[in-house]
Amino acid sequence: MARPVFIVDGSRTPFLKARSGPGPFTPVDLAVQCGRPLLARQPFAPDAFDQVILGCVNVIADEMNPARVAALRLGMGEKMVAFTVQINCGSGMQSIDTAYRYIREGVSDLILAGGAEALSHAPLVWPQHGVRWFAGLAGAKGVGAKIMAALKAKPSYFKPIIGLERGLTDPITELNMGQTAEVVGHLFGVTRAQSDAYAAESHRRLAKAQSEGWLKGEVETAFARDGKFYDHDDGVRPDSTPESLAKLRPVFERPWGKVTAGNSSQITDGASWVILASEEAVAKHGLTPKAAILDSQWSALDPGIMGLGPVLSATELLKRNELTLSDIETWELNEAFATQVLGCLAAWNDEKFCKEILGLDGAAGELDQTRLNVDGGAISLGHPVGCSGNRIVLHLVNAMKRLGTRRGIATECIGGGQGGAMLIETV
Amino acid sequence: MNVLGDRVLELGPAPGADSPYKNFKLTRDADGVAWLLFDREGTSANTLSADLIEELDKVLAELESQRPTGLVIRSAKKSGFIAGADVNAFRGATDVGAVELEIGRAHAVINRLEELRIPTVAVIHGFCLGGGLEVALACQMRIAIEDARFGFPEVMLGLHPGLGGTARFTQLVNPMQSMPLMLTGKTIDARKAKSLGLVDAVTQERHVRNAVKDAVSGRLKRARPRMFNTIFGFGSVRGLIASRMRREAAKAAPEEHYPAPYALIDLWEKHGGDRLAMLRAEQPSFAKLMVTPTAQNLIRVFFLREQMKKLAGSGNKIEHVHVIGAGAMGGDIAAWCAGQDLRVTLADMKPEPIASAIKRAADLYGKILRKRTAVRDALDRLMPDMQAEGVRNADLIIEAVPEKLELKQKVYAGLEPKMKPGAILATNTSSIPLQDLRTTLEKPERLLGLHFFNPVSRLQLVEVVSHDGTDPQLLKEALVFVGAIDRLPLPVKSSPGFLVNRALTPYMLEAMVMLDEKIDKTVIDAAAKKFGMPMGPIELADQVGLDICLDVGDMLRSKFGDMLPPTPAWLREKVAKGELGRKTGKGFYTWKDGKADTGGMSAISEPSAEMIDRLILPMSNVCVACLREGIVDNADVVDGAVIFGTGYAPFRGGPLNYARTRGVENVVSTLETLTDKFGGRFTPDAGWETFK
Repeated sequence: MARPVFIVDGSRTPFLKARSGPGPFTPVDLAVQCGRPLLARQPFAPDAFDQVILGCVNVIADEMNPARVAALRLGMGEKMVAFTVQINCGSGMQSIDTAYRYIREGVSDLILAGGAEALSHAPLVWPQHGVRWFAGLAGAKGVGAKIMAALKAKPSYFKPIIGLERGLTDPITELNMGQTAEVVGHLFGVTRAQSDAYAAESHRRLAKAQSEGWLKGEVETAFARDGKFYDHDDGVRPDSTPESLAKLRPVFERPWGKVTAGNSSQITDGASWVILASEEAVAKHGLTPKAAILDSQWSALDPGIMGLGPVLSATELLKRNELTLSDIETWELNEAFATQVLGCLAAWNDEKFCKEILGLDGAAGELDQTRLNVDGGAISLGHPVGCSGNRIVLHLVNAMKRLGTRRGIATECIGGGQGGAMLIETV
Repeated sequence: MNVLGDRVLELGPAPGADSPYKNFKLTRDADGVAWLLFDREGTSANTLSADLIEELDKVLAELESQRPTGLVIRSAKKSGFIAGADVNAFRGATDVGAVELEIGRAHAVINRLEELRIPTVAVIHGFCLGGGLEVALACQMRIAIEDARFGFPEVMLGLHPGLGGTARFTQLVNPMQSMPLMLTGKTIDARKAKSLGLVDAVTQERHVRNAVKDAVSGRLKRARPRMFNTIFGFGSVRGLIASRMRREAAKAAPEEHYPAPYALIDLWEKHGGDRLAMLRAEQPSFAKLMVTPTAQNLIRVFFLREQMKKLAGSGNKIEHVHVIGAGAMGGDIAAWCAGQDLRVTLADMKPEPIASAIKRAADLYGKILRKRTAVRDALDRLMPDMQAEGVRNADLIIEAVPEKLELKQKVYAGLEPKMKPGAILATNTSSIPLQDLRTTLEKPERLLGLHFFNPVSRLQLVEVVSHDGTDPQLLKEALVFVGAIDRLPLPVKSSPGFLVNRALTPYMLEAMVMLDEKIDKTVIDAAAKKFGMPMGPIELADQVGLDICLDVGDMLRSKFGDMLPPTPAWLREKVAKGELGRKTGKGFYTWKDGKADTGGMSAISEPSAEMIDRLILPMSNVCVACLREGIVDNADVVDGAVIFGTGYAPFRGGPLNYARTRGVENVVSTLETLTDKFGGRFTPDAGWETFK
């Protein structure tokens, strides 16, 4: 018998745009910054959780299994079981999904599920042939052999690669994520102007949410040891307009590409947590559930068009729950690229795609953009990959509570050719 | 895993119950190595006393006749190796000859240890200080456990090492490094000790058996004094370095107040090239220092600290502290508590003060915590709390908001309904009587004062203030808490200024009056320093904050009237302009990075004795008044409090001890002379008549 699973609370750090060099926080630092106030406001002690699950893609060397490091640093006790999950851009949602399943099956009652990523801490990587040269040098015996080995060096051996760049390139197709967005845009005829307009709107919506105070209780101020503090998502550019964005040059496919830095998600650091509870835990600790997780779905497709992942996974959810696009009142569809988001919307409106790929009788229809990413998204906020999936679930819940809507879906595309979606209902 | 705690220390074979010694256990392992365990009877830490050393002599005699293949010396106490000499023996020493005789006997025993003809190894965990380190130095080899700490704190008691340490340490370790350690009393960790060559190896408990085996069989790689050290055999080299060391020492401790560092430098300069001569000369030098007023007063201060620690008691139940107000005091109190392993929530309405408190905490931890992870963990425990979520779970709430009655009462009104049962509500107020603060409280019995001093990390005193309705159980818990965070509690009754501010304010306000008399601020500060204060009153006022000085001054004047110097009008203007001292970067001095810019200039003229009396004697006068009024009930504790709360010249032994030493009659007549000349504020308190 499947048990109901509730989301009772959650919080996140501000998303901090990577500027020059590593930011003030590591992934676990970020998880601690937003985890502390979240745990402090609960009516139960931090060691009352059954386990901790954290999504993180770029784990740094000092923080292997960041979930466990975070649990211990949050004072959750040495007996706290904690593990880290990784499915690229879906990692933060994977943690919620895993927690959801543990609770649904009756294995656990109270789980802290999060996502943390510090893209500004992504390492510099030495080229493989450089590493081989160094290994040869280190292994050479005798002075002569050492000199001979040393002489084999070429300048290119010492040119470090930014790890992030490799991380954002699909290993199968060798396409950069931005290029996959170009492909999706091309297949569904998304124009540059549409993408720029979408991006400008994302900034406008986030700026409005910030000034209206709609992110209060969701975003916790982060304090760095150098005396600086961070209280808002600092990638927002309220002055962005379609016109100003139109001036930017494409970054991935020059000179004719449609994807620019302005209509792509930003590279940022951030962490987010969600508390999941069973009915028993809710009763035991006197919690007030905000929403219930009804269902979740992962789907996969050609890595070269990974941007369409949400269409696949969300449609599966809808079909299984006998719902249509318009039954969902609030949507969070992660804004990896404006072109990709618009590509997804176009796919749902594309009869051939819907029939052949999604197995629907006809086009799923037009997704009302006033229901989509109501307070901005990764284009204005940024996309700390292992965290974003968690944030969109957390924010979906908070946005639905504010808007008074009942049903929502949070979904994201996943580098490598996958999609994840979660169906949420407010209570 | 506390269950397995008793398996941690590697003490060699289990000793039988029938040890012939009181303070030692002696066993023999399968390799024929003797394990000598220091285990002083009836204490949790080992200290050296005359009777223990006598007994050690008997043990050594047994070892000489039995000839084991080697000797391991270590402590059976979890707390560490040997924490130093039993300071009790030093108390009240007046006879140089007797001290010299006794130290000579101890020297003979330590020499006997050094002369054993078998490999000797000291295995050292935890604290290894003073006499303890001297025992270790008499062994041929030293193996440190990772947590070991080494040092010669004698100088803090106005002494230098006296059990051969001056000779053995400077011979083993480059004097450029060993001398400063003895001159400052600083401790070092095991890694540093290894790099200096003080220990031969650093390891963990789990490898002690194998390490000892290697040491006894000669396989252990020894730390050797560097060749370079031979240059210190030349008297001319030592002379050059010694004069530099004297100049360095003079900056921190003038010879007239603190003779010990200079005696140590003399000893090394004269005998550093001749080990035996230095061992011999150390004894009379040590004995001479022991009977100086400085040493005896500093030893007294040592015991005052012990006495005040006992006032705290043990059994702390406070795990979570909620601090309200992230200003200079609140922020630093929160940082200190988190650094002492407590969970802390730091509440403020605005993020800016919290952020700068976090920075100050990070800077402090960087200095006092040795490991990177320890700094991280302390910062993790210190949680910024803008929503005041900590209130519900806190065992102790410390309010440190600005000194305004209505504001504080408003804060309490918000707290009280949310506080958990049994929690303590403490205020850090320095000027508002608890009797006024409690009027609006639902449960006034849980209100008490925890008055910290600025800077929190350096001044050890915390005044624990009670009003006539404070719950005695909570008061007890508060005292224990103060002890648990490594501070010293002073129980005081709520009365204006409590003890320390009441004693200190006349000192600072008198300095303001002197400024009005056109005496230069550097001369005023020099007067106080000449007496032995670590900081002059003008600089101190800047450090404390001129707004706080003004608040406390006004409050005290409203209670005690003309017993206090008048507050000059220009001070009010200065405060209104925001020139508050250190915290705003400008007061009387300009402050940069927490330091006053005195321009490196010395005082333009020599301060007079009268100036010093004007500044210093009112403090003693107030202390006598506080005793008479029953604000504090013990004269010794008053001395301790003023020293630990203000930095009052420790070698003077405190304001009451100073008066006693100078002579009560002299003090009273001097106060009378000052009264005639400067006014009623110097009137001797009635308490002098009964003060002894």
